[in-house]
Amino acid sequence: MTRKSVTVAPVTIALRVFAIAYLFLLVAWPVALVVSNTFENGLTALEGVFGDPDLRSALRLTLTAAVVATVINTLFGVSISLLLVRTEFRGKRLLNALLDLPLSVSPIVVGLALVLVYGGRNGWAGPWLEDHGLQVIFATPGIILATAFVSLPLVIREVVPVLREIGIEQEQAAQSLGANGWQTFWLITLPAIKWAVVYGVVLTLARSVGEFGAVKVVSGNILGETRTATLAVEEKYLNFDPEAAYALSFLLGSVSVLSIVIVAVLRARSARH
Amino acid sequence: MSRGASRPDLSTTLTPTSAVGLGITVLWFSLLVLIPLAAVLITASSGGWSNFWRTITNEQTAHAIQLTVVAALVITALNVVTGTAIAWVIVRDRFFGKSVLELLIDIPFALPTITAGLVLVSLYGNESPLGIHLANTSWSVYLAFLFVTLPFVVRMVQPVLEELDLDVEEAAASLGASRFTTFRRIILPSLLPAIAAGAALSFARGMGEYGSLVLLSGNLPFESEVASVRILSSIENDNPAGAASVAAILLVIALLVIVALDVIQRKMVSRG
Repeated sequence: MTRKSVTVAPVTIALRVFAIAYLFLLVAWPVALVVSNTFENGLTALEGVFGDPDLRSALRLTLTAAVVATVINTLFGVSISLLLVRTEFRGKRLLNALLDLPLSVSPIVVGLALVLVYGGRNGWAGPWLEDHGLQVIFATPGIILATAFVSLPLVIREVVPVLREIGIEQEQAAQSLGANGWQTFWLITLPAIKWAVVYGVVLTLARSVGEFGAVKVVSGNILGETRTATLAVEEKYLNFDPEAAYALSFLLGSVSVLSIVIVAVLRARSARH
Repeated sequence: MSRGASRPDLSTTLTPTSAVGLGITVLWFSLLVLIPLAAVLITASSGGWSNFWRTITNEQTAHAIQLTVVAALVITALNVVTGTAIAWVIVRDRFFGKSVLELLIDIPFALPTITAGLVLVSLYGNESPLGIHLANTSWSVYLAFLFVTLPFVVRMVQPVLEELDLDVEEAAASLGASRFTTFRRIILPSLLPAIAAGAALSFARGMGEYGSLVLLSGNLPFESEVASVRILSSIENDNPAGAASVAAILLVIALLVIVALDVIQRKMVSRG
């Protein structure tokens, strides 16, 4: 940006006004309304959420599913990123493209797909699994699967570019000095991709906490058992309890927005160094 | 790891350890993603072409699919214009509070979809302080799509615009090119792949959207019912084959978008 353009052209002003007005009407104002609706009666709405045992168990279920899905996706994501960047194998390009599929498939299709395979009554594998004591659909494992599905590419998308950038010189040096595969990974590769993994984990957690459509299909929405926090928002709203719906939405939204802000701040800081 | 180099097959550099790792990760990916998605396609085709065709040409289903496709196309076209304009403002303009604008762009992406739905209800629902009542109309679908797809074009175009060389534009201007000519002949061609990628992502997201519109749209048949709502009601009515038929259409569109993105990305990389 040179400081040459002292006079601001009318087109620039028009675009600026448009961008501000558009984002104000589409995002800022409605989001602010949810916040003000939540605190309309002070803290009573939020206290109501934490005082309701059903909502507490919904929040607990959401947290459990999000944490488990994030752990799975982190292990899976780091492994597959290493394989994609550091090795050559047939079908790599196809696998690379397919890994992004969960981001563009409808959450309802995700739910349906899982029900078709793991559904207890007519699923491909569901009846066999239930005979062996594992109920997936309408139970916590299904919720975890749906959550892991929708947030699957997020760690990979953060880690792959960093792995490409750091190159293999240091890893090769470690190996030539006698380090084995594990030592190279723990001492060289992991410290180098540490921040990318952290961003990936935070974004995965944020996405997992907010999943709605896929979870709605696989959960059966059983009160106190398979009802997650996002499902509770819909139910409260439809059952004319908007106060609880707003408060719960505010809680979930804060978690996600905070995650994005944290990642943005960390990224800006590392870009400066 | 050195053993991998002596392998006769040059197309692979897998060591025994990484081969096992690849096996496990691909197995998990198949169990979680590939096999379930294949099940959708197989279930959709199990009743034969005529069954599939009858399901998707059912009057109510066809209307839902049509509304979804039209709305996704319209908001994609809108996003191409507004997204590019907003990216330009973020990169080239300087004014007080610009960083707030940057944060606002990411909010639709961050918010849980049901929260996004409630957000839209609060300004455009029945108690709208603006007096704009979009609840239970097809406009609610357009609005929800517009909200959730806001970041895609902006975030694709922004980094490309940041990298653009200002010298070329200044040269064009000094040779007498108008601002519009400079934009059309110099800036736009470099932005096109990024705009196309953002458009593809917007379209895919719109086609599959569910959570952000359920509260505002009311899901009225022939008015505001979209494809994913139609799938859900088929599932709830114990009609997995019908659900899978509509789902297969969405899935094929998602696959096409993935292919398009792969092609665009390769083009962007080869251009340097």
